[in-house]
Amino acid sequence: MQNLLADYLPLVVFIGVAAFIAIALMVAPFLVAYKQPDPEKLSAYECGFNAFDDARMKFDVRFYLVSILFIIFDLEVAFLFPWAISFHEVGLFGFWSMMLFLGVLTIGFVYEWNKGALEWD
Amino acid sequence: MTQSIWTEGWFFPLLLLIAKSLLVLVVLLTYVAFALLADRKIWAAVQLRRGPNVVGPFGLLQSFADLLKFVLKEPVIPSGASKAVFLLAPILTATLSLAAWAVVPVADGWAVADLNVGILYVFAISSLGVYGVIMGGWASNSKYPFLGALRSAAQMVSYEVSIGFVIITVLLCAGSLNLNDIIKAQDTKYGLFGWYWLPLFPMFVIFFISALAETNRPPFDLPEAESELVAGFMVEYGSTPYMLFMLGEYVAIVMMCALTTILFLGGWLPPFQIAPFTLVPGIVWFVLKVSLVFFMFAMVKAFVPRYRYDQLMRLGWKVFLPISLVMVVAVAAVLQFTSLGGVH
Repeated sequence: MQNLLADYLPLVVFIGVAAFIAIALMVAPFLVAYKQPDPEKLSAYECGFNAFDDARMKFDVRFYLVSILFIIFDLEVAFLFPWAISFHEVGLFGFWSMMLFLGVLTIGFVYEWNKGALEWD
Repeated sequence: MTQSIWTEGWFFPLLLLIAKSLLVLVVLLTYVAFALLADRKIWAAVQLRRGPNVVGPFGLLQSFADLLKFVLKEPVIPSGASKAVFLLAPILTATLSLAAWAVVPVADGWAVADLNVGILYVFAISSLGVYGVIMGGWASNSKYPFLGALRSAAQMVSYEVSIGFVIITVLLCAGSLNLNDIIKAQDTKYGLFGWYWLPLFPMFVIFFISALAETNRPPFDLPEAESELVAGFMVEYGSTPYMLFMLGEYVAIVMMCALTTILFLGGWLPPFQIAPFTLVPGIVWFVLKVSLVFFMFAMVKAFVPRYRYDQLMRLGWKVFLPISLVMVVAVAAVLQFTSLGGVH
């Protein structure tokens, strides 16, 4: 436990210092810059028009599809990490198990491709 | 030192840690300031312009003048925006992109936190970067930022998959998650021809192009696409909130350059382990290599026309993903069934 803390404490301190720099930069203009807000200046930018309707509108379902695909493949990458590290220990059995796993995944990938989930037109 | 934090006095080690972090961040930000200027200068030179040349000798202080200008600009928060999220997004982007630098070894063992899962940490932190974009785009409550954020998020996650596979192939060869050990694994008798860029050349190319897409660099700067979406998810931002997005972007770009250097170009290793090269300290080699990769980033920005969005997604999902998947299998098979696997 102590080793774990000692390993990760520098990380926490580093992120803290980084956050401090970011927040300091963020706060600076609120303290020193000249401010004169008016309703036109604060309205949403829409090429000179007043905003027609709410900006949080419906969007293309493909973005949703991409994020679903991303979850599958990113999980797979996360699954490959420990295998890649212990590659020389797991031997031939480990190699073929992973090939089987990748094979199953490839079948899924081919199915997606044929279904047109990867098309943008 | 690590043990004594908890057993003996904790104050001075902590102070040392803060000083170290501050040193790394200040040096990094100064480097980024000049990298930004170099980017603009190279872009200008390719177009036969002079680029920034007024502030300081040869315009060297341009980035610092820009910083002052940003700080003195009026910060505008749109009335329709979700204020807390709106302000949190740039802080998140900048903090996360800076945070990844905690584990980067700039010379043998010179990292603030020499984690045994370094590459996993970098991968995780850079994945979180997409939240800054989504939050900024959604909180602005305006159409252009919303569309820009959607595009940007889809693009970033798409290319992250192939980056993940590329990292896996490097890990298969190196056998460690520690960034320092990955560099040491490239230290062979072949010198610079033993670094992974040559044996894993296709992956080097895929990684480089994916890094361009991941950091929203031209030719993949679709989220910004000033001709159609004005400035993507950053439309409503001004003053330092905007600057923090830019800063986060450039720190992430330099991070990707550093990652390319570590994974493929031998990090702080000299090109050959013989006398004149070994005398130069590792950090010089590291900075030189990072600058070289950054120069390539800048040249690509100047040369290559922008992709269309469907081409971008096709390249990510239909070209890079299958190639990198096959390469993972190929590299694993080579390591398993040939004598090369016995080297490590």
